[in-house]
Amino acid sequence: MRKNRFVTGVLGLMALTTLTQCFTDKQNQGQKLYAQHCQSCHMEDGSGLRGLIPPIAKADYLQTHRDELACLIRHGADGPMVVNGIEYNKEMPGVHTLRPDEITNLLNYIQTNFGNKNERYTLTEVKGMLETCPVPYE
Amino acid sequence: MNYSLKQSLLAVSVILTAAFTYSCQSNPSEKTLPILGSREPVERVVNGETIVDTVYHQIPDFAFVDQDSQQVTQETVAGKIYVTDFFFTTCPSICPKMKSQMLRVYEKYKDNPNVVLLSHTIDPAHDTVAVLKDYAERMNVTSGKWHFLTGDRDKIYDMALQYFVGVQEDAQAEGGFAHSGDFMLIDQNRHIRGHYHGTEAADVDRLMQDMDILLKEVQHEKK
Ligand code: HEC
Repeated sequence: MRKNRFVTGVLGLMALTTLTQCFTDKQNQGQKLYAQHCQSCHMEDGSGLRGLIPPIAKADYLQTHRDELACLIRHGADGPMVVNGIEYNKEMPGVHTLRPDEITNLLNYIQTNFGNKNERYTLTEVKGMLETCPVPYE
Repeated sequence: MNYSLKQSLLAVSVILTAAFTYSCQSNPSEKTLPILGSREPVERVVNGETIVDTVYHQIPDFAFVDQDSQQVTQETVAGKIYVTDFFFTTCPSICPKMKSQMLRVYEKYKDNPNVVLLSHTIDPAHDTVAVLKDYAERMNVTSGKWHFLTGDRDKIYDMALQYFVGVQEDAQAEGGFAHSGDFMLIDQNRHIRGHYHGTEAADVDRLMQDMDILLKEVQHEKK
């Protein structure tokens, strides 16, 4: 009896650690993808480059264009764009190789870090967005 | 990074380290900056006596065009200190970071008439005067202080060598060019006085400390 309870306890603990592990892994994946693909331009603190590269930190664009961001990450951007009242106009390259789950983690990372406290995305939501990207790629 | 670039960077760092250690030995009490690069003893005869002068590596005359289509030459920087780097406007890798660090330098010294910033494009075919003008205006920096230079490709690449900065066209590199993120500090006599990693905030702090030291030297010489 006692042994059983012990085993259940251990199993429970293990399940819990795997779960949190999973969760932090996702958080880490978003962060890693940001460091790998975005940080060189948008900077470690999400501040961008004055007048040339828009900030991620506290950018109104993240909320006003929430539904376009999955496609923006995959296909990049071009032409004028207004972020926090400042006009930018420079090409941002897309990262075509990112999978929908990676894009979801990356989006959730930028929406909830750098001082941002915006709504998170679900994988289904992001998949839906990617299906209707305005620019078909390849 | 490809092999020859690595090699030249290595050579450059060896020269710089050697120069640095060498000049560190003199005058430990008052902080002065070393003069980097080669030095040659040159003999001359004055009143029948042979005097040996040391001739330091000096940046040669140059002529490029900035974002306002103004000629920028050695006259533009005469009697001033300047910080220089090499970049291109479409560079996705290290340039945004270099530029955000250079902006810190700009902000600190924008009202100091003895300081100039020179950023050379290594992609002059794309980075025309118009492109550089748009770039500078968006960053909201004044051309009198921070010149974005374009001109003949070979002349720009030759100048990079003079400044000990590694640059190269490289189809393998992101954006098509390989280059180092160095900021070089040049004094009022066009000698190289310091070398910093333009992508690292801490090293750019060191650059600004060194600029203050050098500015004292300029003040001193002008008196
Ligand atoms: C080569 C530099 C570069 C890289 C790398 C880059 N961006 Fe951008 N990003 C830009 C530029 C420039 C714009 C503005 C585009 C325009 O003017 O049309 C932009 C715009 C944005 C915007 C919308 C405006 C804002 O700042 O809120 C978001 C969101 C964004 N980028 C996220 C990312 C993410 C996520 C990554 C990594 C997958 C990334 N960027 C990689 C340069 C870059």
